[in-house]
Amino acid sequence: MTWFNVATTSDLVDNSGVCVLVNGQQIALFSLTITGQNQLFAIDNFDPIGQANVLARGITGSIGDRLVVASPLYKQHFDLHNGQCIEMPEISVGVYPVQRQEQTIWIQLKSSQPRAETKMEAMV
Amino acid sequence: MTASQHILVVGNGMVGHHFVEQLRATAPTATITVLCGEPQLAYDRVYLSSVFTGKDRAELALTSEQHYREQGIKYHLNCWVSRIEPQSKTVFTANGENYHYDKLVLATGSYPFVPPIPGHQQEHCLVYRKLDDLTAIAHSAQDSQTGVIIGGGLLGLEAANALRQLGLTTHVVEFAPQLMAVQLDVAGGQLLTQKITALGLGVHTGKTTQAIVAGDECRYRLEFSDGSFLETDLVVFSAGIRPYDALAKDAGLAIGAKGGIIINDYCQTSQQDIYAIGECALWQNQLFGLVAPGYQMARVAASHLTGQALRFQGADMSTRLKLLGVEVGSIGDAHARTPGAQCLTYQDPIRQIYKKLVLNDSGDKLLGAVLVGDTAEYDTLLQYFLNALPLPAAPESLILPQLNANTPTLSADLLPDHAMLCSCHNVTKGDIVASIEQGHVELASIKRCTKASTGCGGCAALLKSVVDTELTLRGVAVNNHLCEHFAYSRQALLHLVQVEQLTTFEQLLQRYGQGQGCDVCKPTVASILASVWNEYILDNKHVALQDTNDTFLANMQKDGSYSVVPRIAGGEISSAKLLVLAQVADDFQLYCKITGGQRIDLFGARLEQLPLIWRRLVDAGFETGHAYGKSLRTVKSCVGSTWCRYGVQDSVGQAISIESRYKGLRSPHKIKMAVSGCTRECAEAQSKDIGVIATENGWNLYVCGNGGMRPRHADLFATDLDTPTLIRYIDRILMFYIRTADRLQRTSVWLEKLEGGLDYLRQVIIDDSLGLAAELEKQMAGLVNSYACEWQRTLDDPEALKRFRHFVNSPEGDSNILFVQERGQIRPATLEEKQQQQRIPVTMIESEEITHDMV
Repeated sequence: MTWFNVATTSDLVDNSGVCVLVNGQQIALFSLTITGQNQLFAIDNFDPIGQANVLARGITGSIGDRLVVASPLYKQHFDLHNGQCIEMPEISVGVYPVQRQEQTIWIQLKSSQPRAETKMEAMV
Repeated sequence: MTASQHILVVGNGMVGHHFVEQLRATAPTATITVLCGEPQLAYDRVYLSSVFTGKDRAELALTSEQHYREQGIKYHLNCWVSRIEPQSKTVFTANGENYHYDKLVLATGSYPFVPPIPGHQQEHCLVYRKLDDLTAIAHSAQDSQTGVIIGGGLLGLEAANALRQLGLTTHVVEFAPQLMAVQLDVAGGQLLTQKITALGLGVHTGKTTQAIVAGDECRYRLEFSDGSFLETDLVVFSAGIRPYDALAKDAGLAIGAKGGIIINDYCQTSQQDIYAIGECALWQNQLFGLVAPGYQMARVAASHLTGQALRFQGADMSTRLKLLGVEVGSIGDAHARTPGAQCLTYQDPIRQIYKKLVLNDSGDKLLGAVLVGDTAEYDTLLQYFLNALPLPAAPESLILPQLNANTPTLSADLLPDHAMLCSCHNVTKGDIVASIEQGHVELASIKRCTKASTGCGGCAALLKSVVDTELTLRGVAVNNHLCEHFAYSRQALLHLVQVEQLTTFEQLLQRYGQGQGCDVCKPTVASILASVWNEYILDNKHVALQDTNDTFLANMQKDGSYSVVPRIAGGEISSAKLLVLAQVADDFQLYCKITGGQRIDLFGARLEQLPLIWRRLVDAGFETGHAYGKSLRTVKSCVGSTWCRYGVQDSVGQAISIESRYKGLRSPHKIKMAVSGCTRECAEAQSKDIGVIATENGWNLYVCGNGGMRPRHADLFATDLDTPTLIRYIDRILMFYIRTADRLQRTSVWLEKLEGGLDYLRQVIIDDSLGLAAELEKQMAGLVNSYACEWQRTLDDPEALKRFRHFVNSPEGDSNILFVQERGQIRPATLEEKQQQQRIPVTMIESEEITHDMV
């Protein structure tokens, strides 16, 4: 397990996502302000339903108590805490530990984490 | 029936085939043999003429030999039965075979009646019934210029369509004084004649053909009993059909006085082991020449063979069809033959519409109806008829044009459970109720689970009313809340934003919402804020609300790449600007496609390329086209009086001026407009939200048209307007739409839902009945004056440009966006192609090795 320095706070967009490249892997990084508290989430950028690297460009929000991002392609919602797709619970994307230290954002990955693109092949 | 019994079926038309399918479904082990006289298995006879409009013959097939084999059904093609011997239960065929049966099913259908006119047996005198007949007609048409159909019934008009598709000058000759005498009354028949004549066909009613002799100008001459004549190269008889009952008659089965094999309620003939179904069968002295009753008989016979108790109880012969493009509907007692029947008729000679209701003597039940030219009310009327529902107090309102909102609608709770809502998929009101009881509470999921309204879609309005009524009965609130975060409609939210001067999503959510928002309410509120305040949408406080297309001011494609559409107002573009587009497309390797709105779409741009592309476009004078927004898209135009011989006004100039006025206008859904320079309407303005058509005196304004999934013709709103009035009306209509429509509601649906409809809209816009006109105009003026090109603004804003990076921590692009070449341009690579591209190095080594070995 390794922590990677992926971004600074000025790269983030409040209540929205950006994409970072970590160890060859595309990760969507979301910054949400909930009741005044800032929270960060990191999930795969690859949308396993739409088969494209777009989740960072989705709209964030909530369904009931669950914080979600909606895929900009076909609008399925993914739970930001566990990566599960709300509409198709058998499908999930990876979620990763993320933390902020001062102005720096860190994401923790297994060094042998499979690349998002190779997951796509596994699905087929 | 026992499993070892042998069921022999004679005939494999639509009904014979349906019987085989029904029987196989309930008796998987029964031995079934089919004797088919034609060279192929069952095909769809109803759509025969579509072969001449380009449909492949194979597409008409209802089954295949392989399917029959898989189902374990034995079949023999070109197999004509010559004799049936009921005593020994044996069927003899023309080619010398014989088949023993335990149960015999006759689905022999009918044959075309050819009147015994002298000369009817000549080479180019044909019939229209089978696929082989089509071949003969097409062959004969090759050496013919003119064709005549003898018989002006339903099939005759189908056949006339076939001849017309073959390019022949076509005539219809009918013995009766009108067309479609079975289904229509005299007035309906006359209107149908007018409409068909207008299409260029010759219609000759009340003509008895006495002889077919050699012609002077054409191959033949039809001599009529009144001394007149008609010359033609080709004759097709469609003078009715006769049941194919000769085999049954010879076998000693009971036959009706006018033909037809007599059957009981179980479709058994006078020999209980022999059944008859379809057009050859006579039930209670009635023949049934439509496919639906034939299918019912097939189901009854199959169920009786498997020991069930279905009964044939007659069939409704109501029909709705489109003949030669003319809509025709006939329900029940169209001729008002019931004693005491009374008629209500509506005739519109201008729009060429005829409608008649046949009522019982007390005027409260519908006995029948005739509709020509417009069959929109067919479904509702059929429900009244089939279920004997009490009619509303003023039944004429059911067929009168909807001049106001007071047109009574059929109340859904009046319908009995067996009422058929969707005849495409056989869905009754009971099926809908059952799906609601199973827990489906949304129209979409009810449609998915019952398939209702997923065929022709004609029952959509009725279905929605049934669903709404049933949900209300069960206490399920049918609300128009935006989503779980806002218990308000879009209209209410817009009102709150205006009145309380709210400028951000957070303010609105704090005061009137709950939760964190979602992908429904965020873009909706973003659109409302833009419609009211028109601030830059990528501003910090708005950017996270936007759909991805708005966020990146481009249209996301399936692979995560974007397409770019600069504004080309009115579709007018100089060669210099075309060169710029070509150069940009070339430099960035973009795929080019002309859009339906007369613009050029450039596909395959990566996120990080968008600012570079737009820098070039903006420098060359282009503006954003808002193809990504729920906003004004295009104002399409024809070339107009400047160039066109027929144009009466400058439609291009008008289109450019309108497009410049409303560009960037954010609205509940996209808005499309068009301006045509004359009544020929080359810009297709009547399919647009706002359509403008030039007249000698000014402009006609059409509103709320729509292409797309559910097309709607625009309504004529006002005529002969001068330009300032035209613009004033458009200002008011658009602003009123923006204020009152639901989220993602096109103007077409908005108008249909607007209480009071078109007349109410006219009162608000033209008569200013709400006193809103000045305010609406002022708001629009504010939006027009605050327009700024979003791309120009973005290029000048380094903060905004930061978002146009695929990775915030790397200059690389998305390695999953890959293209291949097709027809000289790029297209997204498929998954397989992507995998191949990634393996290229491996493949190359292998091929080198092979080459090496070969050397």
